[in-house]
Amino acid sequence: MKKHNKLKSLGASVLLMGAAALSQAETIKIALAGPVTGPVAQYGDMQMIGAKMAIEKINEAGGVNGNQLEGVVYDDACDPKQAVAVANKVVNDGISFVVGHLCSSSTQPASDIYEDEGILMVTAASTSPDITERGYQMVFRTIGLDSHQGPIAGNYIADKVKPKNMAVIHDKQQYGEGIASAVKKTVESKGVNVVMYEGITAGDKDFSSLIAKMQKANVDFVYYGGYHPELGLILRQSAEKGLKARFMGPEGVGNKDISQIAGEASEGLLVTLPPSFDADPRNKALVEAFKAKGQDPSGAFVLTSYSAVQVMADAMKKTGGTDTDAIQKAMRSMTFDTPTGKLKFDEKGDLKEFNFVVYNWHADGTKTVAK
Amino acid sequence: MLEAFLYFIQQMLNGLTIGSTYALIAIGYTMVYGIIGMINFAHGEIYMIGTYISFVVIAGLTMLGVEYIPIILLVALLAAILVSSSFGWAIERTAYRPLRGANRLIPLISAIGMSIFLQNYVVLAQGARDKAIPPIITGGWTFGTSDFEMTLSYMQVLIFVVTFVCMFALSQFIAKSRMGRACRAVAEDLKMANLLGINTNRVISATFVIGAALAAVAGLLLGLYYGVANPHIGFIAGLKAFTAAVLGGIGSIPGAMLGGLILGMTEAFTAGYFSTEYKDVVSFSLLVLILLFKPTGLLGKPDVEKI
Repeated sequence: MKKHNKLKSLGASVLLMGAAALSQAETIKIALAGPVTGPVAQYGDMQMIGAKMAIEKINEAGGVNGNQLEGVVYDDACDPKQAVAVANKVVNDGISFVVGHLCSSSTQPASDIYEDEGILMVTAASTSPDITERGYQMVFRTIGLDSHQGPIAGNYIADKVKPKNMAVIHDKQQYGEGIASAVKKTVESKGVNVVMYEGITAGDKDFSSLIAKMQKANVDFVYYGGYHPELGLILRQSAEKGLKARFMGPEGVGNKDISQIAGEASEGLLVTLPPSFDADPRNKALVEAFKAKGQDPSGAFVLTSYSAVQVMADAMKKTGGTDTDAIQKAMRSMTFDTPTGKLKFDEKGDLKEFNFVVYNWHADGTKTVAK
Repeated sequence: MLEAFLYFIQQMLNGLTIGSTYALIAIGYTMVYGIIGMINFAHGEIYMIGTYISFVVIAGLTMLGVEYIPIILLVALLAAILVSSSFGWAIERTAYRPLRGANRLIPLISAIGMSIFLQNYVVLAQGARDKAIPPIITGGWTFGTSDFEMTLSYMQVLIFVVTFVCMFALSQFIAKSRMGRACRAVAEDLKMANLLGINTNRVISATFVIGAALAAVAGLLLGLYYGVANPHIGFIAGLKAFTAAVLGGIGSIPGAMLGGLILGMTEAFTAGYFSTEYKDVVSFSLLVLILLFKPTGLLGKPDVEKI
């Protein structure tokens, strides 16, 4: 009796496995790699909700070549070491498409693995220019580069703010230091006096010495290259210590958590962000769909992630298969009509055109275009 | 001239503030080492839990409409000490006591495991994101000219005062109380103390609890000072405090205090006069130098021979 039962359940599980294998054959898996945990998990959320929405919409419309898409989330915690582990896991799981990673310092090492294994990667958030400088075929992005963003920020500072003594601070990471040096180069070429250029350590909590130093140098404007947890603390401590300076940061600081950390001190912070695609009337239906789910489409990387999935899906449709080499070739020649505009890729895998806009950040977590 | 002097004082105050909290956490490392000759690698997590508990209490009381700040702080302090101490006690019971007498490396690994467990436990319970509370104690004194204004915030003063009171209470406790005498006896020779009828298990438990209570105080103070916490703050804080303990001479309580202050000041002065980028480099180079010339640390006893 007992034996019989065991056999039965064995049979059932074999059947189940068979069913799973069958359904697998009909879905195309896309790895969604980014920080689900860790200090910048909020950006990961933006990427995940954008990509998942795209997958849902594409599936509703009949999928890709009759197949359904399926998003599989991988957490790299914005840590380069974990990103490599994630990339290897993606390879082992037999997935050929990746949306991600998010932090440039994670995307860089992970993309080495994807390129070697012929896995197509589209990042919706990594802005470091180095990522596409290596002649890789499988690496694309649906966002602009720091080499564009830096000069936009730098020109705004030099033309509109005109600070007397400017400080440039960065977090010594690929993204933060890269954009900080791009800004420094631009403002210096326009004659702004940069009195300090210093790195801090990501994860540090105490910036009192740095702030005293800026006070001594009479700094009236600070550009910070990095992410919001550190800038939030710098803002908060600067307000407490009475440093009278205005701050500016790249898209890595522009999210609601900075207002939570810094409170009132985040009012008037300048941020360069991708344009508010969610305010574009063309995307009204899509924005409604996000809101119906209780999700916020205003995050900087939500719709760029949507586009990342869409360009892959469109290229799959065009080539009629899932051969990544054919798809990457197609992607370089196609024009994609996405919520973030008409996208075209250049030979390096970068967008031919992408704008950043300077915003004024407010203490309640909203933003308005800076004049 | 005056500006340069005020700037120096400002950096010194910044260093003393951060150094005091390093010292509070370092005591937990040094006491445990002094008694059982092992490093409690889960100690940084105790500090992190202390911060979280005080955040929860502060948020809870504010929500209930309590506005009188001393009450909020007192309740947060007591809650943080109580919860953190029970964690300290539980760590000793689960990660150390069952392994007493085993090879020294084994409790080390179990403590690292405990640290990973606690970090992930808080991630699961509280989420991985940064938690922030609004500034509770604001304001301070400013001195100086329009060129450079030195600020001493009330929060910094609170940190100095609380740290000093804790240190004084601890040294009195170690010097005068019955349990303090037992602690010293066990630190000198655990086997002999055992033979003479001291309940060494109780003494070891007490050391973990005292260390955890001080870490909880540091957790509350730094939580209020920065206003932000995440489940990973224990690692760096623990590393710095451990460095402070080694710098001052591990096993020596005054050494931990001195080590904390020196480390904090080194960081502040490096950041203030040299570059923020190099503050960890300079701190750790200093550690290496001191250990080269005085391997037992500044106030460590040279003849400590533990198994």
